[in-house]
Amino acid sequence: MIPLDILLGTWFFLWALLWAIYFVLDGFDLGMAIIMPFVSKTNDDRRTVYNSAGPFWDGNEVWLITAGGVTFAAFPTAYAVMFSALYAPLFILLFALIFRAVALEFRSKVDSPKWRCMCDVYLFLGSFLPALLLGVAFANLFMGIPIDGDGVYHGNILKLLNPYGLAGGVLFVLMFALHGALWLNYKSEGELAKRAINLASFLWYLVLSVVLLFLALTDIYTQLLVNINATPVFYVFLIIAVLALLGVRFTLNSKNHFLPWLCNALFILCLTLFAVMGMYPGIIISSIDPAFSVTVFNGASSHLTLQIMFIATMISIPVVITYQIWVYYVFSHKITQKELASDHAY
Amino acid sequence: MDVVLLSRLQFAVTVFFHFIFVPLTLGITILLAMMETAYVRTGNETYKRMVKFWGKLFLINFVLGVVTGITLEFQFGTNWSRYSEYVGDIFGSLLAIEATLAFFLESTFIAVWAFGWEKVSKKVHCTAIWLVAIASNISALWIILANGFMQNPVGYVIRNGRAELDSFYTVLTNPYGWGQYFHTVTSAWMLGGFFVLGISAWHLVRKNEVDLFTKSVRFAAPFAIISAILLSLAGHHQGMIVAKYQPAKFAAMESHWETEKTAPMYVLTWPDEENNTNFIEAIKIPGILSFMAFSDFNAEVQGLNAFPEEDHPPVLITFLSFRFMVAMGALFLLLSGLAWIKRKDLASSPRLCKALTWIIPLPYITIMAGWMLAEVGRQPWIVYGLMRTADAVSPVPAQSVAISLISFIVIYSLLGVLDIYLLIKYARKGPLMPATQGTITQNEDKGEVA
Repeated sequence: MIPLDILLGTWFFLWALLWAIYFVLDGFDLGMAIIMPFVSKTNDDRRTVYNSAGPFWDGNEVWLITAGGVTFAAFPTAYAVMFSALYAPLFILLFALIFRAVALEFRSKVDSPKWRCMCDVYLFLGSFLPALLLGVAFANLFMGIPIDGDGVYHGNILKLLNPYGLAGGVLFVLMFALHGALWLNYKSEGELAKRAINLASFLWYLVLSVVLLFLALTDIYTQLLVNINATPVFYVFLIIAVLALLGVRFTLNSKNHFLPWLCNALFILCLTLFAVMGMYPGIIISSIDPAFSVTVFNGASSHLTLQIMFIATMISIPVVITYQIWVYYVFSHKITQKELASDHAY
Repeated sequence: MDVVLLSRLQFAVTVFFHFIFVPLTLGITILLAMMETAYVRTGNETYKRMVKFWGKLFLINFVLGVVTGITLEFQFGTNWSRYSEYVGDIFGSLLAIEATLAFFLESTFIAVWAFGWEKVSKKVHCTAIWLVAIASNISALWIILANGFMQNPVGYVIRNGRAELDSFYTVLTNPYGWGQYFHTVTSAWMLGGFFVLGISAWHLVRKNEVDLFTKSVRFAAPFAIISAILLSLAGHHQGMIVAKYQPAKFAAMESHWETEKTAPMYVLTWPDEENNTNFIEAIKIPGILSFMAFSDFNAEVQGLNAFPEEDHPPVLITFLSFRFMVAMGALFLLLSGLAWIKRKDLASSPRLCKALTWIIPLPYITIMAGWMLAEVGRQPWIVYGLMRTADAVSPVPAQSVAISLISFIVIYSLLGVLDIYLLIKYARKGPLMPATQGTITQNEDKGEVA
């Protein structure tokens, strides 16, 4: 058997990684919907946005299911406490994702301008709210939430909307919006692509300022940096994140429209890993008393389960990533007029 | 209402609603895969138009299956956190394996299939739908093995105040889970068959696309009858498994109160839960209950009175669900048999056509009854014999659960209406004409200007 402490550390990293991949992948679907009202003028513009998410959103959302499932399997206590504590925000998130999916898939199925307009509103809200809530939720997890020794949450949804939580929400919305603008630039052509890249260029400055502000607030409100100072190797993630964000700027006007998106993906991935690794070994930090925190040591599954799940994940996830990359390659074309006219388009 | 009842209601609402979409996916993907294989082999365009027509209905159904499934996975944490802590070591891993092994495959390749008609070769495209069909049926296996653990917990030890995994192999070979799996997938396949039969029949009596819908019937009719036969066998097998592993549920579903040898079955029965007996017991068939349970006319069958009253499941619901399920099973055998006999010219029997169209909802309702039996019949346990439902809920205020429950009911009702509206709309519209396939229907549907 693999030694328990190695398994626990690896699982924590995998847990962070799965959330990070979810943010990278669904981030652009959510972000594109957030920027849609600002870049689209015609119905075809909006259909281009819908079809740029078309073959991807479902496979992307499965990363959320996997992140949830792996939390359940590897850290059942954390899963139980986290989702019962975040009861209201989690349900709002799930309802929002339902509206998003329905808007995406059914917009073109009813021939009425009113229906299409309603779907556009649902798509926006169904994407904006998840982005905001994920940011608020993770910022609160970084800071710690009021749970007692029995894992009972003493607070309400308003308590999550503190300055640091809101800063997290704003960061996620902007980060995803930038990610979406870069994806739309990659998938569209002509005027729409131009508007997307102009918006991305503007959003880049906002993301840079908000991420710096968020890091400063992190130092004030949380113990993350103190934790990381104990294991300075994790600063690698921050360095890569910063370089990747600079990379977005430098590749913004390059002929390869995929490159800036890829840089931004690396930025989101490494920023998430940096922050989440700063929580180690805590998964849910208690703001009442650190002794009440759920950590990898008191919240994990048994040694046997961790080992079996580790083997299962090590086999399946690389396979999943391989075929998903293939699918991204198959659908790497621009959404053209011809594409919009085919009978499977949204 | 207390938090336990509210949480149970919420789970019931969400899981039943989710399970409107699941069985069709499990069944129709196999039919789609067979139709597309026929297209790849013969190059006949009718098969392609068939796949596109049934595929459109399937995709409408699939989206709602995806989004309503996510809320279920998270509900174990939001509403059943004590349960999740107690058995997460085993239960959580099965759900996680489902996501990584099956659900990714299904969700990724469905995109290849839905959007890839011009992007990948015919063979790759056909492989994509086969992968979706296989992945969704494998996905069901993991979910039902997880449910199987709740029905018949095996392969665990109680350690550190919770159930921890002792033997993964034992969990994976749980006879209860496998019995339930075969019963579930065969019912889903049959439902898929009846769905295709019912809509085809509607078009055939109207002489729409006779060739295409007759071809559809020739796929769906044998599929439905074979599934219905397998389903009956799996159902009988599952009954014996229940008798062996969950005698209290078996007694409740038969409304059988006193332990006896050579136990009879009464054609007419009505339970009297207050007094732990039956109001009505008429038309006795001796020994048949013993035979159904243990394949032996003389075997002893435990009655509900052998169990302490606090361990009794609700009898009336369990009993009625079971009787309804069995009666419907017989009807489905009959109807799929008739459809199979008439498969070459279904339109010559307009009454059969009408019946097939009208009964489309029945397999859905019957599957719900089956799950009602499985889940209500397990009460008062969330994990049979190991953890009571009342001990499993989250420490959340009843008010929060009431709000989320009402939200679910409102949102799911809207989704249900939308789903039925779209399915009927596209089912009636029929397949796209070969010449117009593509651009023309496009403009009509999507509008050119905002």
